[in-house]
Amino acid sequence: MRAFVPNYELTTPSSLAEALALLNREPGVWKPFAGGTDLMVLLEAGKLPHRNYVNIWSLNELRGIEATDTHITLGALTTYTDVQSHPVLQDEFPMLCQAASETGGLAIQNRGTLGGNIVNASPAADSPPALLAYGAEVELISTGGSRWLPYRGFHTGYKQMLIGQNELLARIRLPRNTRNATHYYRKVGTRKAQAISKVCLAGLAKLDGDQISDVRIALGSVAPIVVRCVQTEDALRGQKPDAVSIKSACATLAQEISPIDDIRSTATYRLQVAKNLLTDFLLTLRP
Amino acid sequence: MLITFNVNDESRTLEVFPMARLLDVLREQLQLTGTKEGCGEGECGACTVILDGKIVNSCLVPVAQVNGSNIKTIEGVAQQDQLHAVQQAFIDHGGAQCGICTPGMVLAAVDLLNRNPEPSETDIRNGLAGNLCRCTGYMKIFESVVRAYQK
Repeated sequence: MRAFVPNYELTTPSSLAEALALLNREPGVWKPFAGGTDLMVLLEAGKLPHRNYVNIWSLNELRGIEATDTHITLGALTTYTDVQSHPVLQDEFPMLCQAASETGGLAIQNRGTLGGNIVNASPAADSPPALLAYGAEVELISTGGSRWLPYRGFHTGYKQMLIGQNELLARIRLPRNTRNATHYYRKVGTRKAQAISKVCLAGLAKLDGDQISDVRIALGSVAPIVVRCVQTEDALRGQKPDAVSIKSACATLAQEISPIDDIRSTATYRLQVAKNLLTDFLLTLRP
Repeated sequence: MLITFNVNDESRTLEVFPMARLLDVLREQLQLTGTKEGCGEGECGACTVILDGKIVNSCLVPVAQVNGSNIKTIEGVAQQDQLHAVQQAFIDHGGAQCGICTPGMVLAAVDLLNRNPEPSETDIRNGLAGNLCRCTGYMKIFESVVRAYQK
């Protein structure tokens, strides 16, 4: 049943400092509210137990994309529309642009944010596999200052993450070391637009001659969190992407993920599709 | 809370609950019932409005976030008695049947043509991907958008 909106508070601070002060003064009382594309769905369904929110949508300090020689840094409120239109992201981080273009339709992409996609912590989220493959880092800020963490490890379990009640996710940073890499991103859902994924794989690889010198593989919707598959990566490093190594990598992948049956798909289907996507990715590495 | 925003070029000041859906405020407090509710969860696009130049699902926007904003609803698309080219094309080419998706579909098409006056087939499909229709099978809508920009 629909929630009763007078029970909810959504306060709009005039600055980032004011928002952080509020989170610090009453820890756990207030939660951040950005584009609303996840939280408003829960509100309408009567499944939004938390009542008090800080409206961070208008905090320009959390917007903007900055590129230096070594990194590209995105404000947490960067929308999916912003991601798709940035030239450096298009050239060097195409998987992130593709993930953004396949998240909902345009109206969702205009409101949904990269930071929201991370802290909503859905294992089926579309941008995290790309962020993991690209070695993203996240910045958490509070009245006490700022700290950067590797995004890998940020999610510790289903909907669990390393963020304090007084902290906000402020920025996401990607190292610009993807030149000469092969980027492979594929989301499998019920339909092409507006679907939540059944399985999603982001793969990034560099070759030295015909051997895989560096490889990163991340999957969504196959575990309680979006996962980097390091054992599969280890099995592939130094190998040629031939039939033997692909078969062996698929066997390792099957041990590394833990897909389940749920409303969108089955464990059996997800496992098979994950192996198929890995195979498809590795085949693209052949000369 | 008291908020002020522009709807279809008219300034409105209202007393609202901050978490009220923009959709409900438009329909119930401003009687702008052209904006429809379909799914209520951001899947169908029936509640599409243009907020500060970008299409959004008004069912997913808490009204506190539109304070000071400019909103265009379906009621603001025509210029007095002169229909927008997209609206006329929907009439001429059978783009509307039951009509529930139509306001959102028209706004998504208007927004698309504003950004991209000569869209490709793919551009049109992507531009309307967030708007579902259960009557037309989409081809009449697609054709309407093509005819609208050809004018």
